Amino acid sequence: MNIFKDSGHLFKFAACFVIGFLIYLGLRGFVVPKTFGQYGHYRGSALKDIAAKPIKYAGHQVCEDCHTDQATAKSAGKHVTVNCEACHGALAAHANDPTSVIPVKPDPLVLCARCHTATAAKPKDFPQVNIDEHSGGAPCTMCHTNPHSPAMGAAPAAGGAK
Amino acid sequence: MNISRRHMLVLLPAAAVAWESVLAGTPENSPNYNMSEHWWGMLIQIPKCIGCGNCVRACATENDVPDGFFRTWVERYHVTDYNLTEPEVISPNGGKDGFPIVQEDAGKYFYVPKMCNACADSPCTQVCPVGATFVSPDGAVLVDQSYCLGCAYCVQACPYGCRYIHPQKHVADKCTLCYHRITKGLTTACVENCPTGARQLVNLKDPKDPIHAFLKTHTVQVLKPQMATNSKAFYYGLDGSVR
Repeated sequence: MNIFKDSGHLFKFAACFVIGFLIYLGLRGFVVPKTFGQYGHYRGSALKDIAAKPIKYAGHQVCEDCHTDQATAKSAGKHVTVNCEACHGALAAHANDPTSVIPVKPDPLVLCARCHTATAAKPKDFPQVNIDEHSGGAPCTMCHTNPHSPAMGAAPAAGGAK
Repeated sequence: MNISRRHMLVLLPAAAVAWESVLAGTPENSPNYNMSEHWWGMLIQIPKCIGCGNCVRACATENDVPDGFFRTWVERYHVTDYNLTEPEVISPNGGKDGFPIVQEDAGKYFYVPKMCNACADSPCTQVCPVGATFVSPDGAVLVDQSYCLGCAYCVQACPYGCRYIHPQKHVADKCTLCYHRITKGLTTACVENCPTGARQLVNLKDPKDPIHAFLKTHTVQVLKPQMATNSKAFYYGLDGSVR
């Protein structure tokens, strides 16, 4: 008995299977993003897409490259841990184009109060005052002349660098 | 050239495989940034947080976070009568505009900055049905927004409530650990703008990072350790009442 008598049917079936598999491979190559699976079960190039977003805060190193006076004053005072943009706002635009993007000087009564308004909920060792009692509405910089190094009697802020 | 049917059967799959590798191309390396040298995490020191909300504002500015949604936020805890199980927690507008002034000094108050905990075994990435969210090789939990369907499985899977569906894009959005900044050698917007140094970005793969000395000498805690998320947001001085 010849068991391979009707093997022609099997070859046709196998050919259909192979063609189907090739169509699947072709579609898969077309549909699945190129970098899918590069690092794991996700699109590897998504990392590059996310990293390509432009920054808005330049970072204090960039500020200190030009504003050396302020950096020096700050490094000697209590505000050493406060980075430039924590008070002055996001200024990557200014760092990229220092002449046409001019930062707005913050209002001391608003800015200082954000951190230094007295409340029982703050850590006790953090310097805090009742602004109305403490200054009677006068701007903080009247006495604490250099906000970059806010101790009383510190050298006044250098006004030149903008 | 005469190709038999048998040759064709071999050649076609080979061509398909070759075409796939052509499509995949070679991965481009970011200049000066080597993913394998980083394993990002965060150190948050509760005793240093003054609840100024600078981190929340900075995050919203840097990442265009829509109003009413937060990638990071600050909670104020008030524990009275030593009742650790029922703390009074407020977070008005995520702490973006600061916190109401407290006059009386009953019980204890403290601020808890919250953000993506950068879990190494993140529950949020495990539930994604389409591979749109993942833990990057350098330890940031990211969303591929061009791939996300907006099904919000991940939003409900995050034990820390750190994800939301973006109201305009209708896809999942979350803290990226400022991936666009840390890959350029900068720190995150929240760390950059924290005036007291309560937040600290840490690279656990860098042997010179001060985090290693800190973790050796201080008692730190992660949020919801029972969830086994392998969180990399280390809290120093965390009270037992924090959920």
